[in-house]
Amino acid sequence: MTEAVTNTGGDWLRLIVGLILVLIFSQLNALFLVWLERKVAGHIQLRYGPMEVGPHGLLQTIVDGIKLVGKELITPFKADKKLFVIAPVLVFMPVLVPFLVLPFGPELIIRDMNVGLLLIFAFSTFSVLAILVGGWASNNKYALLGAIRSVAQNVAYEIPLLLSVMSVVLMVHSFKFSELVMAQQRIWFIFLQPVAAIIYFICATAETNRAPFDIPEAESELVAGFHTEYSGMRFGLFFLAEYTNMFIVCAVATSLFLGGWHGPFGFSLGIPGVVWFLAKTYFLLFVLMWFRWTFPRVRFDQLMNFSWKVLIPLSMLNLLVTALVLKFV
Amino acid sequence: MELFLFVTFSALTVGSAAAVVWHPHPVKSALFLILSFFSMGGLYLLLQAEFIALMQVLVYAGAVMVLFLFVIMLLNLKPRGEDRAAFKVRVRWAVPLVLFFVGGVLTAVTGALARLAPAGSHGPDWVAAQGGNIRALGRLLFTRGLLPFEVTSVLLLVAVVGVMVLAKKERR
Repeated sequence: MTEAVTNTGGDWLRLIVGLILVLIFSQLNALFLVWLERKVAGHIQLRYGPMEVGPHGLLQTIVDGIKLVGKELITPFKADKKLFVIAPVLVFMPVLVPFLVLPFGPELIIRDMNVGLLLIFAFSTFSVLAILVGGWASNNKYALLGAIRSVAQNVAYEIPLLLSVMSVVLMVHSFKFSELVMAQQRIWFIFLQPVAAIIYFICATAETNRAPFDIPEAESELVAGFHTEYSGMRFGLFFLAEYTNMFIVCAVATSLFLGGWHGPFGFSLGIPGVVWFLAKTYFLLFVLMWFRWTFPRVRFDQLMNFSWKVLIPLSMLNLLVTALVLKFV
Repeated sequence: MELFLFVTFSALTVGSAAAVVWHPHPVKSALFLILSFFSMGGLYLLLQAEFIALMQVLVYAGAVMVLFLFVIMLLNLKPRGEDRAAFKVRVRWAVPLVLFFVGGVLTAVTGALARLAPAGSHGPDWVAAQGGNIRALGRLLFTRGLLPFEVTSVLLLVAVVGVMVLAKKERR
């Protein structure tokens, strides 16, 4: 990471090209995911989903995006103007940072830092902050309630999330993504650390405020939660950040538990690493959407109890067992 | 480049720290504190202590400050009004107190540091020889820094238990 500061020259070109690619990718990814979400939702409910614009409605989200850009930006009269405007920007900036270290392929890491994994978790806390700021600045009961729920939930689920990740880190002795993925060349960590993998994925669902953990924006009780007062592209940025966040947690899950760019059990079948990586990541994203239409929303007390009384002790136990096995076996 | 970043980050750190004190609105004060912590993380990064930098961002700017902000927003504190006289009294007491504490902490920390890691003995070369930031820090923590490390953990445990006791009493 310090190399980014001290090294000049060719590295800068790599960084700038990487940044542009990341920006393009995150937009396309969000557009695609929104379409996929609507398609998955439709088919699970025996509907078609969007069909009108483009083949199978593929261009629907692009049209929706253009509509969103054209909409009026409304700032409530009693809102805290400055914070209200800053919050959507604040929510979108940190979701771009993790792309710096995500291992898309053996040669496709913008910067393989030795603290890569930590970088992702350090910046993911900022989206909660932005949600809190946005919810409070709106000066709206529902927005504030949504923001408060979001914080309580994220604080609770971040602990088991980090603990489950730590057991993988213990096995590899590294936070570096390339090393974490290389260690799974023969056998994916989901087979060695099934408990950690399941805990991680549950927590990731909660961290991205996805159903069944979507109480921060539970539309039946809170209108739209923390972004109730946001309109136009400001709402669009919250939306974009949410979908990019989903991609990031799934990409991390892929590289920690599903072997990253490796094929199963060392067979790559001649398919390039990027394809493996993206296929697995999008499969996990599909699972996230599947969750949404399978499980009903949990109650707030269920949510808190599940994290504090089940997930945290379980992930601590898992970490302890991992450490003992690594030490004595 | 390094100098430019250093100046930017330190100006941000000091500037927003001052804003924490001066800003009349508690929520915005807290937000400035986050900015201050965040740019301090940048300073750690310039010192090639990337692990500490990320911990600064993850723990302080992230977790701790989110909870701070959470509480401030829940209490819904209003901006405090101007009260010149009380402010002057506070400044009269604050300046010597701050000087005393900052001086004390600085002496204690530099003294402890000099014992733990004499100047020049733990530079970038040493860190590289240890196999990176995290390994070097871990090794130092569990060998020469073991006692303070354990004492700190006990201290934190006491705080956790204390919070539990206080929270339970309030419910009755």
